[in-house]
Amino acid sequence: MNAPLKPNSFRSGPDENGRFGIYGGRFVAETLMPNILELEAAYREARNDPAYVAEMAGHRTHFIGRPSPLYFAERLTEHFGGCKIYLKREELNHTGSHKVNNVLGQILLARRMGKKRIIAETGAGQHGVATATLCARFGLECIVYMGAVDVARQAPNVFRMKMLGATVVPVQSGAKTLKDAMNEALRDWVTNVETTFYCIGTVAGPHPYPAMVRDFQSVIGEETREQMLAQEGRLPDSLIACVGGGSNAIGLFHPFLDDPSVEIYGVEAAGHGLDKLHAASISGGKPGVLHGNRTYLLMDEDGQIQEGHSISAGLDYPGIGPEHSWLNDIGRVTYLSATDDEALEAFQLMSKVEGIIPALECAHAMAKVAELAPTKPKDHIMVMNLSGRGDKDVPQVAEILGTKL
Amino acid sequence: MTTRLDTRFADLAREGRAGLVTYVMAGDPDRETARAILKALPGAGADVIEFGMPFTDPMADGPSIQAAGLRSLSGGQTLKKTLEDIAWFRQGDAATPIVLMGYYNPIYIYGVERFLADAKAAGVDGLIVVDLPPEEDAELCIPALEAGLNFIRLATPTTDDKRLPTVLGNTSGFVYYVSITGITGAATPDFGKTAEAVARIKRHTDLPVAVGFGVKNADHASAVARGADAVVVGSALVEALKGSLDAEGKATAGTVGAVTGLVGSIASGVRHARKAAE
Repeated sequence: MNAPLKPNSFRSGPDENGRFGIYGGRFVAETLMPNILELEAAYREARNDPAYVAEMAGHRTHFIGRPSPLYFAERLTEHFGGCKIYLKREELNHTGSHKVNNVLGQILLARRMGKKRIIAETGAGQHGVATATLCARFGLECIVYMGAVDVARQAPNVFRMKMLGATVVPVQSGAKTLKDAMNEALRDWVTNVETTFYCIGTVAGPHPYPAMVRDFQSVIGEETREQMLAQEGRLPDSLIACVGGGSNAIGLFHPFLDDPSVEIYGVEAAGHGLDKLHAASISGGKPGVLHGNRTYLLMDEDGQIQEGHSISAGLDYPGIGPEHSWLNDIGRVTYLSATDDEALEAFQLMSKVEGIIPALECAHAMAKVAELAPTKPKDHIMVMNLSGRGDKDVPQVAEILGTKL
Repeated sequence: MTTRLDTRFADLAREGRAGLVTYVMAGDPDRETARAILKALPGAGADVIEFGMPFTDPMADGPSIQAAGLRSLSGGQTLKKTLEDIAWFRQGDAATPIVLMGYYNPIYIYGVERFLADAKAAGVDGLIVVDLPPEEDAELCIPALEAGLNFIRLATPTTDDKRLPTVLGNTSGFVYYVSITGITGAATPDFGKTAEAVARIKRHTDLPVAVGFGVKNADHASAVARGADAVVVGSALVEALKGSLDAEGKATAGTVGAVTGLVGSIASGVRHARKAAE
C-alpha cells in the first residue's frame, strides 16, 4: 500500500462523507440512512449550542466526578527505573471507566432529539452499565444487547445493569460475543428506527459515531494537557493506551495529535499470540467493511469475519475505530500488542506495586509501559490512560490464578 | 442496454401479471442441494432469482437467513463457488434473471473489479448489496453499472419523498421496496399500506417495483401482487428448507421439493391475484 500524504493537521477528520482517509464511511442499510443523517445534523447543532455544552459540563462535574486526577505513579516509576510514569485516572469516574464520558454526551443528545428508547451493545458490560446508569438518571427506557457468552462471564455487570432498571438481552446468534451484540443492536435499530436512539459504545460504527464518540472522550486528553502543564510545566513526551474499539485511546490521543514531540502508542490485545487466536485488528488484520465503517478487521481470505480472542472481554472485538486505522497508516500512532499472559502479569504488578487494580483492558497498556519505560531517559514523561478499574475482573483473574473465591 | 431483468419485467407487463422473485442462499444446506434448488426454481414458478451470498454478520437479516448463511459457510461456501454455481446454472437457463444479494465485505475482499468481471462472465444480472446506501455509490454501484450489471436498491418506509430521488438515482433493473422497517422474515406488513407506498415510488420512477419482507404464503403474495410489479419471498423459503433437514441439519430427499413446493403454491397466488383484480 502506498503511504498516504501527510495532512496539515491530524485533527481535522473526518471529511463530509465521514472518511478518515479510506476509513470510516456510512455502510448501513437504507432503513437507517435517514436516521443517521438526522443524528449527524442534531449533533452538529448540539455541539455548537452553549446550553448543551454547559449541561454536559455540569453533569461531568457533579455526576461523573470530573476532572479525573492525573497521578504521578511514583512506585511504578521507581520499579521500572526509566521515565516518569503518570496515570490518567479514568477508573475513578462514576461507573468505573471512561465509558460514561461518551454515554453522557449521547444521552443528552437523545433527549434533545426526543428519543425515549435507548439501545446499546456491550462486551465486558462497562458500556452497558454506563448506559443503564444514565438512562436511570434521566428516566429513559434502556435495552442492552450482550452476547450470551459474555452474559455468562460478566455476571456482576449483568446484575448491575438490571439493578439500574435496564433490560439485558442475551444474544444467541453467531459467536454470542460483542460483534453479535452489535449486529443485534443494529437489527433492533432497523426495526424501531423512529423511536430509538442507538448509543454506540466506541469510536466505530457509521459516521457520525466515530467522530462524535471521539469528541465526547476527548475530555480525557484535554484535561491531561492542562494538568500536565500545571504539574510539570510542559507537555508529556509519550502517551499510551489500550485499544479495542479504541475510544479511551482516541480520547487521550486526539488533543495531542498535532504536537509532534509527543510519541503515541496504542496497545491491542494479542490474546494467545498474533500467530494464534487474538483480537489485534491492526497488527493481525486487514481493511474491510463491517458495522457501518471501513477499518482494519479480523477476517478470513473470503472476507468472512473472524472472532476476536482476548482475556479481556472489553478488547474482544474483531475491529477497531476507523480513525485508528488511518492514524496507523499515516504513521502518527504506533500500534503495539500485548498477550493475555503479559496483561495478566501487568495486572498483578500494578496492583502490588502501585496499589491500583487495573481493568484487564488497561493491563495491556501497562504491559507495554513495562517494556518502554526502562528504555526512556529519566526526564521523559509518559502518560498511560487508566481507563477502567479491575474490580469486575477479580473473579476471572482469581479463577485463572487457581484461587477459589 | 437491455438486461435479462428488463426483458423479464417487460414480458410480465405484457402478460398482465406480477412476477415472483425468490430468494435462496447459495450453498444452503450444501452446495449440491443449493444447485439443485437453483435449477428447479424457474420450473416451479420463479420469474427472478435472488441468490444469497453468505456472510457471517448479516445485520439486516432475521434469524432464518442468519442461520442459512452459517449453514452455507460451515459447508465451505465461498464467493468464488457462488459465482461458479451461477455459471453452472446458466448452462441450462439463459433467460431467468439472477440477482446476487448480500453484504459488501466479501465483495470488497474479492476485489471489486475482479468481482464484476467474474460476475458478468458467470451470467449474473444484478446486485443487491444491503450495506451500500447511495452515499457509498462510488464503491460498487457506479462500477457495476459501467460493467453492465443492474444495481438494485432497497427503498423502505423511512425513505421519504425527499430522499427517494437519491435512492432511485443510480438504481436499475427494479426497485426493491422493503415493506416494513425491520429485518428479513419479521412481522407481516399491512398490505394496504404497501400498495400506497408502491404508488408513491412509482410517482418517482418508471422502474418496476418489487415488494418483499414479511411475505410468507400464497395469500400474502396474492395480496402484495395486486399492488406491485413483483413479490419477493425469501425467509419463508429458507424456513421451508430448514424444516426439511434431518436432525444433523443435512439435506434429505424432501429438501428440494420443500422449497419448490412452496414456490409453486406462492406462484399460483401471484398469478391468481391479477386475475382476481381484473
